Amino acid sequence: MTDPILDVRGVSKSFGALQASDNVSLNLRAGEIHALIGPNGAGKSTLIKQIAGNMRPDSGSIWFNGEDVTTLDTVARARRGLGRTFQISSLAMEHTVLQNVMLGALGHDGGVMRFFRPVMKDHALLNRAMAALERVGLVDQARKRTADLSHGQRRQLEVAVALTLSPKAFVMDEPMAGLGAEGSRALTGFLDTLRGEAPILLVEHDMDVVFALADRISVLVYGALIATGTADEIRANPEVRIAYLGEEEDGA
Amino acid sequence: MIRERYLNLAIMLALLAVPLWAWVSDEPFTITLATRVAILALAGVGLNLALGLGGLVSLGHAAFFGLGGYAMGILAHHAQTYTPLMESPFLIEGTKSMPVIWLVAVLVSALAAFAIGLLSLRTTGVYFIMITLAFGQMFYYFTISWPAYGGEDGLSIYVRNGFPGLNTLDPIQFFGLVYGVLALVLVFSATLARSRFGLALAAARQNEERVRTVGLDAFRLRLMAFTISGAITGLAGALMADLNRFVSPTMFSWHMSGEFIVFIILGGVGRLFGPVVGAGLFIILEHILGGLSEFWMIYLGALLLAVVLFARGGLIGAFSGPEVGHD
Ligand SMILES: Nc1ncnc2c1ncn2[C@@H]1O[C@H](COP(=O)(O)OP(=O)(O)OP(=O)(O)O)[C@@H](O)[C@H]1O
Ligand SMILES: [Mg+2]
Repeated sequence: MTDPILDVRGVSKSFGALQASDNVSLNLRAGEIHALIGPNGAGKSTLIKQIAGNMRPDSGSIWFNGEDVTTLDTVARARRGLGRTFQISSLAMEHTVLQNVMLGALGHDGGVMRFFRPVMKDHALLNRAMAALERVGLVDQARKRTADLSHGQRRQLEVAVALTLSPKAFVMDEPMAGLGAEGSRALTGFLDTLRGEAPILLVEHDMDVVFALADRISVLVYGALIATGTADEIRANPEVRIAYLGEEEDGA
Repeated sequence: MIRERYLNLAIMLALLAVPLWAWVSDEPFTITLATRVAILALAGVGLNLALGLGGLVSLGHAAFFGLGGYAMGILAHHAQTYTPLMESPFLIEGTKSMPVIWLVAVLVSALAAFAIGLLSLRTTGVYFIMITLAFGQMFYYFTISWPAYGGEDGLSIYVRNGFPGLNTLDPIQFFGLVYGVLALVLVFSATLARSRFGLALAAARQNEERVRTVGLDAFRLRLMAFTISGAITGLAGALMADLNRFVSPTMFSWHMSGEFIVFIILGGVGRLFGPVVGAGLFIILEHILGGLSEFWMIYLGALLLAVVLFARGGLIGAFSGPEVGHD
């Protein structure tokens, strides 16, 4: 088996008395979708933040592409090929849709200290940016102001910006949230094909999506991983049924 | 966008027409006023790069204005007293050449902006405003208490510095020179806003996390913006010193920084011609209302309040509508 692209090793993080990550170890291998599930407040987003470099773990380490990136910041991790999307869309709202993907293309290119040529006429960047919009189906919205997009379109734009980076791994925090049945189905189909380009660590609440997409599933409860396995293994796991699947029925 | 472009053109033509008319009708004082407007506008255009495009509310840009002014003052002072600036380790003499003075003013203020940016840009919001204010005031107090160049009284320069091919003592020629510099910097500023750097800087203003997530260092972008911004305001300081043939510590005072911000707010934050409109209006009000009442600032305050409350895009925004994402 090849080395994992992303390797989370014994990461712990607490907020005061609250243990948000409790000695979490998981990894992401080439070609797979690894779903991270767990009840609200289980610590999924907190783990993603530590992987993306927004938050430093109290202990443990994070390895990316064979390199210990625990002490590197978000910028450095993004440069190394980590493509991240946010649970709550994080975009340049005054900019157009196209400008947002152009920013991603610029991040991929890296040459940002250029002051004279108009960026919106830069064909190499435009091609990359438009290709990403094409793939998520936002080409018709390219000239719209991002603030004027629907919630679902903003979610798609988040994914498009991550695509412009051609990352080595995707880390997506609930990309389907608020997409609606139609959009959710489209994005599910898209992610299915995307795993061939780069593996995806996917935080997702919708169990149908998770079971349809995931090669492996990890279950996080109160900051601790209680199981990792294939869809069938997770479905059959009694601990998961009690701690998570059962609880979701109560909540619904 | 088209409308804003026409509006900008009209503003630029008006700023040219007024002194030309004054020249024809032999009113040198009006030419001097127009020159003041152009120089203050230039200072504002510099600040607008940091404030408007980068979202960096600096209350310390007088530092760069003053440094530019003193670059001129010190170089010209040594030239007119025939004393070298320093003799060892190598000889540096004063100069009366504008291009050389401008270069020094730009370099010195860029360097200062870089250093101040390095120390202040890790902070945001109120802290950033306070730190930039503190740096500006530091220069102010320093020049007041530094006797070598006049201390509180400042420095007088008896003859305006020279520019090859021009008679800078002729008000209309000096205006033309300043106007040319302003036009060039406006073109540069517009180009910058549309460049790769401009896109990334504007994105960092809206959402730093977004910029960092695509692997771009928002701090470096801001540091560069702040440095360029300071350099332009420094150039304006050198020109202002030449207009007045006088520099004093008041160039460094926070009132000056505040006035630059007022120009930008009046004209429109982040709008290319915002500072030009703002500086023009400021000077017009100062001279029309200032003649009628000592308390003209009250009217300025009322106007400012009206703009902030009812015209968030400033006067440019009021006449040409909200800014359109340009591409
Ligand atoms: N910066 C913080 N400071 C203090 N507590 C925090 C912080 N961030 C998260 N928490 C807490 O840590 C716990 C885990 O939060 P987290 O956002 O990681 O959960 P999650 O699994 O992503 O939940 P959801 O499914 O609702 O998105 C929650 O109880 C949350 O209130
Ligand atoms: Mg979450």
